[in-house]
Amino acid sequence: MQPAPNVRLRVPAQAKAGEVFEVRAMIMHPMETGYRFDSQGTTIPIHIIRSFTCKFQGETIFEARFGTSVSANPYLSFFARLDRSGTLEFTWVDQDGDVYTHAAPVTVA
Amino acid sequence: MNRAGAALALALAGLAAAAVGAPRSGSSYLAPDLKALQDDDFRNPGLLWVDRGRELWSEVPGKGAKACAGCHDAAAMRGVAARYPAYDRTARRVVNLEQRINLCRTGRQHAAPLAYESRDLVSLTAFVSRQSLGMPVQVTVDGPARASFERGRAAYHQRIGQLDLACADCHERSEGRRLHGETISQGQINGFPVYRQLWDGAASTHRMFAWCETAVRAQPRAPGSQDYVDLELYVRWRGQGLPVEAPAVRK
Amino acid sequence: MSGGLDRRTVMAAGALAAGLARAPAQAQSLQEMDMASALKLVLGDRKPEAGKVALDLPLVAGSGNSVALKVTVESPMTPQDHVRRIHVFGEANPRPHILTAELGLRAGRAEVSTNIRLARSQSVWAFAETSDGRLWVASRSIDVTIGACDSLMFKY
Repeated sequence: MQPAPNVRLRVPAQAKAGEVFEVRAMIMHPMETGYRFDSQGTTIPIHIIRSFTCKFQGETIFEARFGTSVSANPYLSFFARLDRSGTLEFTWVDQDGDVYTHAAPVTVA
Repeated sequence: MNRAGAALALALAGLAAAAVGAPRSGSSYLAPDLKALQDDDFRNPGLLWVDRGRELWSEVPGKGAKACAGCHDAAAMRGVAARYPAYDRTARRVVNLEQRINLCRTGRQHAAPLAYESRDLVSLTAFVSRQSLGMPVQVTVDGPARASFERGRAAYHQRIGQLDLACADCHERSEGRRLHGETISQGQINGFPVYRQLWDGAASTHRMFAWCETAVRAQPRAPGSQDYVDLELYVRWRGQGLPVEAPAVRK
Repeated sequence: MSGGLDRRTVMAAGALAAGLARAPAQAQSLQEMDMASALKLVLGDRKPEAGKVALDLPLVAGSGNSVALKVTVESPMTPQDHVRRIHVFGEANPRPHILTAELGLRAGRAEVSTNIRLARSQSVWAFAETSDGRLWVASRSIDVTIGACDSLMFKY
């Protein structure tokens, strides 16, 4: 069985209350379009991540829904602004419903 | 000048000077945004493979086996990739970094070798190569490595395929000229494993060689073959002194 | 503005379903829609206005497989005045819907960056829905040297 795909996250460990900071996330995934075919002429089946969500204490900060028009190994950068310390929760969901989750704590002064 | 004469001239040219005037890394031909992507220590997509390699480094590959970390401190790998391909006394031939990793797996870790071009082998190679980031490529081409080096040099200048082109035709004679909107580079390999946007993933030098051979309508050789390792040694030597830039990013 | 879809077509989009539903099934169907149908779903009966949206793309894409995109929308991101959603479309892609981003109030800034696939030279469109119900639009034309769909055969 394939291990869960590698994820890279860049989240500041500390932030000031109300200060806007950048969050960057990238996951290893082929985002197979379903348009490619191998040397035997067989179509390589579509295999994509459909959504990415960043939540803070249950509240959605950022959610992206996408498909084959986003590049392989999808990279996202967005912004967050927190008023208290807590953990950012990241979730990727692929077309088969497989869920990959990661978390990053942020200390807010 | 016939082929024998050309070979003699090459042999007399001496080993000290690389075949090109001054080696230029492939990254020096990049558009600024792609160079910035390569230099970005977060966004460089090849780093996903480096991360996977880092995980594998500490993973025990099988029952009763040791992880790489069991013998090697990752920091001690600094400088290793810069020396490869290299003659291996146990295998009694020149091997590249991928093969050296597999020699460890089978010989010392009691694990199955990783398939060539598999994600895990590319990852481990990327991780080890990354430890040499910025260090000059320094391969040894004399002594027991000499025969491999000479085979690689001959292969580099051998015309192949329906287009009847040798590596040297593009990467030496036509370097700096344009082809299909691209500037032809010196074809250096100081940045491998490379993340190629065309392939949506990271890959080894052998995948690159196979791609080039297909491009000139030749039958590509097998990845992991001694032919490709010999060629890799020669091409690495052409870039002697260039900094290791793994993982490089190309379109 | 170049590309196959002119401003009038965009503005004249019909009065079908207003806004983009959150259900994954709907998002999936948006993915499969052609440009005109997808825009009808997104725009509803609103007319998109020029302004507020800055769409950053290179003039020329070296590889259609990975093109850096950034969408920034001017907004204080306060509870009274914020951006709810950003939609991006590539009119010449086989699946024109590229991305929809939903922003919460904790988003802080209405800006998203990613790498996209482009099949060929075309216009890329970005729409932003603000909390007052208005819709904003910007588009950029980009030349793509090698399209994402050009090397369909996986050989080497």
